[in-house]
Amino acid sequence: MPQNSQEILLMLPHVVIGVGIVISLLIEMYSKKSETILPWISLFVFVFAGVHSIINISANQILFGGMLEVGGKPAIFNFIFNIGAALLILNSIDYIKKYESNHGEYYILIQSAILGMMVMAGSKDIFMIFIGLELMSIAFYVLAGINKKKSSSNEAALKYFLLGAFATGFIVYGIALIYGVSSTTSVDSIIQNFSTFTQNILFIVGLLLFIIGFSFKIAAFPFHMWVPDVYQGSATTVTGLMSTTGKTAAFSVLLIILSASLINYNIDIFAPYFAVIATLSMLYGSIVAIAQKNLKRMLAYSSISHAGYMAIGLAAANSEAFSGIIFYLAAYTFMNIGAFGIISIIEKQNDANTDLTAYAGLASKSPILAAFMSLFMFALAGIPPLAGFFGKYYVFISAIEADLTWLAVVGVFSSVISVYFYLRLVVYMYFKESEKDIDLHIDKYSLLSVVVSGILVIYFGISPDSLLNLILSVVN
Amino acid sequence: MLTEFGKIFIFILVAILFTIIAIYAAKLIRPSRPTKEKLDVYECGENIEGTPWVKFNIRFYVVALIFLIFDVEVVLLFPWALTYQDYGIYGFLVGIIFLVVLGLGMAYEWRKGDLEWARPTPKKVDVKFEKKNLLQTNSQINVESEN
Repeated sequence: MPQNSQEILLMLPHVVIGVGIVISLLIEMYSKKSETILPWISLFVFVFAGVHSIINISANQILFGGMLEVGGKPAIFNFIFNIGAALLILNSIDYIKKYESNHGEYYILIQSAILGMMVMAGSKDIFMIFIGLELMSIAFYVLAGINKKKSSSNEAALKYFLLGAFATGFIVYGIALIYGVSSTTSVDSIIQNFSTFTQNILFIVGLLLFIIGFSFKIAAFPFHMWVPDVYQGSATTVTGLMSTTGKTAAFSVLLIILSASLINYNIDIFAPYFAVIATLSMLYGSIVAIAQKNLKRMLAYSSISHAGYMAIGLAAANSEAFSGIIFYLAAYTFMNIGAFGIISIIEKQNDANTDLTAYAGLASKSPILAAFMSLFMFALAGIPPLAGFFGKYYVFISAIEADLTWLAVVGVFSSVISVYFYLRLVVYMYFKESEKDIDLHIDKYSLLSVVVSGILVIYFGISPDSLLNLILSVVN
Repeated sequence: MLTEFGKIFIFILVAILFTIIAIYAAKLIRPSRPTKEKLDVYECGENIEGTPWVKFNIRFYVVALIFLIFDVEVVLLFPWALTYQDYGIYGFLVGIIFLVVLGLGMAYEWRKGDLEWARPTPKKVDVKFEKKNLLQTNSQINVESEN
């Protein structure tokens, strides 16, 4: 129960998105022009929630009787979710017209998904994690199949649903075992008594199941099978949202386990697990992406390898890793949203123009798109001075601090492999003649979204301290 | 020394073994004289009407989903009904908000025509249309049939 006006003020991002969903539903029900109104309502809601979170970042409080944390670490995540979603909404205005049906539901579902992520990032109770996860996942299952008439999209939705439900089963079973040992669902009291609980093998098994469930959601190697098909089959803007904010939300929960290891710093039982999935994801993602001709599929494999780089931080489990992962997530979100934004501009109906060959000679047709695409590719490959470089840098530093130098070496090795397929796209855009004639229609809102992501990627790269100091101020 | 869960585990083991042994013992002892009537699917003593493997109308699933939502709602309202007085007007409002949101979902369902059993069928396409117009016409018809 909110005690005073201060707490109500801090709840505002969640409340505004919740009210936004209800208003969007009403508009979708009764307005004929809902598809022109809804993007702007969701844009307002996301920008408000994002800006509100970043302004009130120092007001860290726990609301609802120890259920939901606002301000502090969740505020950083809320900022990433909301600004990412706002950029994708700008892209969607034009993109979703390429598929004729379901405009209204699309925006409502995106708002529900973001609300679920915000609940996940701020949760201080295992059940809140679960509620947020389900709210996010169910909205994503539907969003993956939003193009009802496209069979690959239907396949993506079904695959994502079945494997996601399977992963959720792992998580619930893990929660049951954790509760069975600890007799509490509060995250804080579990973390405080972590060292006593870890003497019970059932607690470790429960925690492992919990982590395995979230390894599905971050698309790490042995649990990655759904990623390529789902990312390729879904609508491009939805893929952009799933691969960035969805991954960030799953990492925000995994960071809770990291904070447990930080407080009880001699207990680091899951370091071998994370080291193994990090190594396998990085190498698998980078090597298999080389063989991909479809750009969305290539970015799906690149997303697997990025999950691997971030998992290095989870294996290192020190305070550098904590801030490094959050920095990496922010950088990854904006560079990937930019890349998917450009794909969504160039894509035509029925998955046309998502192949590498469609990008041949783009530099002469649209220099600005080609320049930004190269920027995002350089950032994803981790070339300084862009945001992606510093994300990798902080994570690798944390691995070296934790005496896991071999893991950092594997990470650098895998980055070198990944440069090949990122730069191949740049080569296609600048040094190849276009084979087929592609009529480009560049929507101004989509372009705005791409430019904003590009500016953020450059800004975080040129002055990483600005973001890192913000993260450090909430982590400590 | 057995824990409480250990006792339950033994119960489960006994239950599984008992069922398996009972079924196989019955199979060994009983006479087996199958007739057509015995092998038929039981349909309340009536003669069988066709095969059970028919395609159900997809709308049954929509109705089932709506039923499920309201079923869960009832489960969640029981604990609320027991305790809302302890929280005063705030506790009451929380329940009301929950009901309003659910009702809104129902209204959305209704408005979008998912509760109507007979939905309008798409108009037939005139096959004499030129090929390039066909795609456009198809999409218009789909939009019409969805409204």
